[in-house]
Amino acid sequence: MKDRPDYLAHAVLILGVVLFALPVWLVFAGSTQDSDAIMRGDLSLIPHLSNLSVYKRVLLHGTMGTEPVWHMLMISFGMAMAIACGKIVISILSAYAVVFFRFPFRQVAFWLIFVTLMLPVEVRIIPTYAVMADFGLINTFTGLWVPLIASATATLLFRQVFTAIPDELVEAARIDGAGPLRFLWDIVLPVSRANIAALFVILFVYGWNQYLWPLLVATNQGLDTIVIGIVKMIGEETQTDWGAVMATAVLALVPPVLVVVLMQRWFVAGLTEGEK
Amino acid sequence: MDRRTIFNGRLLPVALLLPQLLLTFFFFYWPAGQAVWSSLITQDAFGQGSVFVGLDNFVDLFTDPLYVASIVRTVFFCLAVSVAAMGIALVLAVFADRSIAGRGIYRTLLIWPYAIAPAMSAVLFLFVLNPRVGLLGRWLNDHGIAWDYTLNGTQAMLMVISASAWKQVSYNFIFFLAGLQSIPRAVTEAARMDGAKGWHRFRTITFPLLAPTTFFLLVVNVVYAAFDTFGTIFALTQGGPGQDTETLVLKVFRDGVINQDIGSSSAQSVVLMFGVIAITAVQFRFMGRKTVS
Repeated sequence: MKDRPDYLAHAVLILGVVLFALPVWLVFAGSTQDSDAIMRGDLSLIPHLSNLSVYKRVLLHGTMGTEPVWHMLMISFGMAMAIACGKIVISILSAYAVVFFRFPFRQVAFWLIFVTLMLPVEVRIIPTYAVMADFGLINTFTGLWVPLIASATATLLFRQVFTAIPDELVEAARIDGAGPLRFLWDIVLPVSRANIAALFVILFVYGWNQYLWPLLVATNQGLDTIVIGIVKMIGEETQTDWGAVMATAVLALVPPVLVVVLMQRWFVAGLTEGEK
Repeated sequence: MDRRTIFNGRLLPVALLLPQLLLTFFFFYWPAGQAVWSSLITQDAFGQGSVFVGLDNFVDLFTDPLYVASIVRTVFFCLAVSVAAMGIALVLAVFADRSIAGRGIYRTLLIWPYAIAPAMSAVLFLFVLNPRVGLLGRWLNDHGIAWDYTLNGTQAMLMVISASAWKQVSYNFIFFLAGLQSIPRAVTEAARMDGAKGWHRFRTITFPLLAPTTFFLLVVNVVYAAFDTFGTIFALTQGGPGQDTETLVLKVFRDGVINQDIGSSSAQSVVLMFGVIAITAVQFRFMGRKTVS
């Protein structure tokens, strides 16, 4: 069994890899080609590497009246980072309070958070928009990320992780005279770093990929994320600068893909252990 | 479950909890309450004020053939996306679990699409299947197959299902692979010794052992298809042609944001919230509350 290569497995897996890679390759190849040729249907799968200047053009100037692509990338990056870091911080703090302290209404507080577990922003868009308007956060960068860091999943994950920390460790810390904040910083954070890394990947991708919420809350073009920007670009099919749109699509894919690939080990372990 | 050793103090834990509780209150409970309230009132004819109408908005909703059609469409869409995304992922995971050369590379090349945004999968599919600029879409039309998902409702549905399922395969792949790896080798080896052949062994041993993973993924995929695909569908078809690809979330968006019918869209939001709560309850019932413990 082991001597002969498993041809069937290779065939199936290569087919799978191509199924995902081909559309991206097509878009990359297209980005280096003439828009008129693309409109005529003369799209070739071989990129014209001499035309890579299209990337510089969209990064610096955008296309068809959009913001420059570097600006949209910055908005997306800021939003993804703010959501990932914000959610991790508030979740660590609240899980720490629930696990390591006893205080009145502790269970009530936990359940208040827990009940919101699976209520995605999509089901409460209209009323949440109204709340944002009351706070004056429509068309602000803060409005893009703050409502999205409220969710129970990360709190639950950290609660699980913290509960598994042995009592002896806490005991030892108390004998050494370490207060709760010192214990959090010196012991709890270091032992949870793999979970934090995994969660960071998940939340960064989640933040980067948002579409409905930014579409609703930020109509100001200066706040367009890259995902919003590209969907706007494909909106008018007839007079589209296809090469530039395809280059933008490639640029939109690179950051989240890099984060996933570079942090793959933690991410896979964290996803399959944590989210179940 | 509770720890034996804890820290003392009352003020500190409350301070630590406060940010999370405030956000939860302002962005979950307050909007949810608003949605329930708005779903029970209606603007009067002169726009002077609002009138309490009880469950009228809900009655209107469920007697509206367009809304009922949207429910049926959403259920079909969710099941189609889940079955396609999970089926392909399971096949890939089974082969990636074999001990073959280059398995690490295969895994990375199948996991990276996790990073693709739902709206981005729509953009990529457009470049492949658009009847005018898409490579394959153009080829189909040149070869006598009238392919245009902007005009043909069935093709539009096929298109949004494919794009949505495509994006979700890698997520399912990660979980199926982890599930397969957690099956003890001894079990499959024993089955092999007993003479169980490939497909038979998979059907009678492996697949039943994967049941918890499969059920968990089914719930996640249905929720994904119901809500996260807004970007995919909106970018590809905007719910059209007609209402042929308008799922419930697109309808909330159209009625609430574009048509400004707050009563109806709030009622729709409330229906969706109950839908999510029901799915979560089912999950907990069958998963033995795995998430909380």
